[in-house]
Amino acid sequence: MNVLLFVLGIPLLGGGALALVGHKAWARDVNVLFSLGTFVASCVMTAQVINDGPFFVWNDQFFIDPLNVFLVTLTAFVGMTTSIFSRPYMRVEQDHGKMTPPRMRLYHSMYQLFSFTMLLGFTTNNLGIIWVAMEAATLTTVLLVSVYRTPSSLEAAWKYFILCGVGIAQALFGTILVYMAADKVLGAEHATLLWTSLSTIKGHLDPTIMSLAFVFLLVGYGTKIGLVPMHSWLPDAHAEGPTPVSAVLSGLLLNVAMYAVLRCKVLTDGSVGTPIAGQLMMGFGLVSVVVAGFFLSRQKDVKRMFSYSSIEHMGLITFAFGMGGPIASFAGLLHMTVHSLVKSAIFFTVGHATQKAGTQVMSEIRGLIKVNPTVGWGLMLGVMAIVGMPPFGVFASEFLILTTAMREQPWATPFLFIGLGVAFASILARVLPMVFGDTSLKPLAHPPALVPVFVHLALGLALGLFIPPYLNGWYVQAAAMLGG
Amino acid sequence: MIKFVPQIINLLATIILLLSFAMISQRRIVTLINLFMIQGAALVAASFLLGYVTNQPDLYVSGALTLLLKVIFIPWMLHRVIRKLNVRWDVETLFNIPTTMLVGIALVILAFSLAAPVSRLSETLAGGSLGIALACILLSFMMMITRSKAVPQVVGFLSMENGLIFAATAVTNGMPMIVEFGVALDVLVGVLILGVFMFQIREKFDNLDIHNLETLKDDRS
Repeated sequence: MNVLLFVLGIPLLGGGALALVGHKAWARDVNVLFSLGTFVASCVMTAQVINDGPFFVWNDQFFIDPLNVFLVTLTAFVGMTTSIFSRPYMRVEQDHGKMTPPRMRLYHSMYQLFSFTMLLGFTTNNLGIIWVAMEAATLTTVLLVSVYRTPSSLEAAWKYFILCGVGIAQALFGTILVYMAADKVLGAEHATLLWTSLSTIKGHLDPTIMSLAFVFLLVGYGTKIGLVPMHSWLPDAHAEGPTPVSAVLSGLLLNVAMYAVLRCKVLTDGSVGTPIAGQLMMGFGLVSVVVAGFFLSRQKDVKRMFSYSSIEHMGLITFAFGMGGPIASFAGLLHMTVHSLVKSAIFFTVGHATQKAGTQVMSEIRGLIKVNPTVGWGLMLGVMAIVGMPPFGVFASEFLILTTAMREQPWATPFLFIGLGVAFASILARVLPMVFGDTSLKPLAHPPALVPVFVHLALGLALGLFIPPYLNGWYVQAAAMLGG
Repeated sequence: MIKFVPQIINLLATIILLLSFAMISQRRIVTLINLFMIQGAALVAASFLLGYVTNQPDLYVSGALTLLLKVIFIPWMLHRVIRKLNVRWDVETLFNIPTTMLVGIALVILAFSLAAPVSRLSETLAGGSLGIALACILLSFMMMITRSKAVPQVVGFLSMENGLIFAATAVTNGMPMIVEFGVALDVLVGVLILGVFMFQIREKFDNLDIHNLETLKDDRS
């Protein structure tokens, strides 16, 4: 009996159970319970990895090491807090008539299945199953994005499906090429897609095949990360779906795709021997940071603006991993963590603000701090954190990435500063009037669940001030695995 | 028999590629679905043949999966959908066929030049087919971009999946079984979701024109 069974089994069971009873009033609490169970199981698994080191499960099909166990815990944690946030939020949506009982059933069931697909993607050892999990995650989120059944949400979901379907097909082609490379080394009888086996023979994998494979894998999974120019689905999907979905899409799903790219990068680096994979990632990352910064400054819809901010941060993370080396990989992992925490906190407050104002247009949301001080302060602090103000964790990781870039890739530094600077100025300029201006809005019928917001921000702050030694050791180990 | 196998595989590969071209130039939705079905059948034939020659039972399973899904179930479902939506005899008029064909030829050349260094290394019977598989993927990709109706976009998506399966079959003699099943499951669920979406799009917009789905813009207020 392995703890992984619970980590994967609880959300899968939750998806099945909520498909039957998800429309009941108490299903909201059941949803939280399932997410809590997943989180507890993942904490137990983390403790196991800390005590006993990496381990295999079920004929090597699953592999738990410092890199993925940390992402599993992060995913389970944000999944749990988002389910807490979603309780009052979806209740208000139901009162507004945007959600009906059958839609609530679909929403709850897909929420749990989405958690399952992400956790499956993280824990599996098989590159093919990572692909299957990514595609399944797309399918569940397509249903979540379209749950309001409005013309614009249908449009967003259709685009999301088609663009990500095309993107992820490239990743499958890349996976086939990796399998072909393994086939050449191991022979048809023993060929495998297990990452750990490929990792031991990566020096023998054919460099021509592997570099072509990595291009396809990066473009394919890069579509899901939201790298420019494959990003156009992302703002639509984030803006049109329910806010809890925007929070998990932005905070968690993008990380799964990033993780898949990282696993493939390790194999490619080992096989090719030149930094070609890193250079490609730096290129895509840099373009994403700059382009997203400028797109961000043109937005009028608050959820679209923050989804462009996610593209920008994902670009920065891609750039950091592309540079490689222990410090940059460490900073990339730290940035992944704090971005997940802070961005989902921002989406929580933005969700309440838009619900209150009845619109997502920023110029019509004013004076949050007067109607509901906790929402106002939550948004203000979240924004300070995401634009990289000290002492939040984003500042620490951005500082590490920028200083490493100055030392190792000086040519890229001005572009990074331009992208981050434009984003800084435009987000603050938009959000300040939203928080402080005058307003005539009324408070909401159901008090919003704001504990998750402040828990996330407190963690983001704590990571900026002090990284506990075991967490530090964990990041260092994970960074070393990435070939640091 | 064995002597002719590589030729037969290459013949099937060519048929799959030709069908991709036929699909990008086909305006009638009903014919498009039939072409897709034939492409699936050619793929099944290639799987079975390779399975027989290389003596790999996995390829039979993979072929049977494609047969059930791509030749029987999905075409049947698409026919049902277009009958219910009453778009059976719809004809698209938007694109210029000669230009699309020329772009298609350029894509095939690109695919072959990309695949050439890798094909040379392949030791399987049908290793040379990698270029054809990649060409099919790119052609379906183009079909999804140029088409303005929902059903042809979905057929493009599925035909791209065909190209991928053909790549896996021809180049590596099939992926691990568990991955094949996972991919098939994803495709099945995806097609079902898209089918439901088509009805919803029809309900909201009164037709299945994807041009309706272009209202989400950055500077929309």
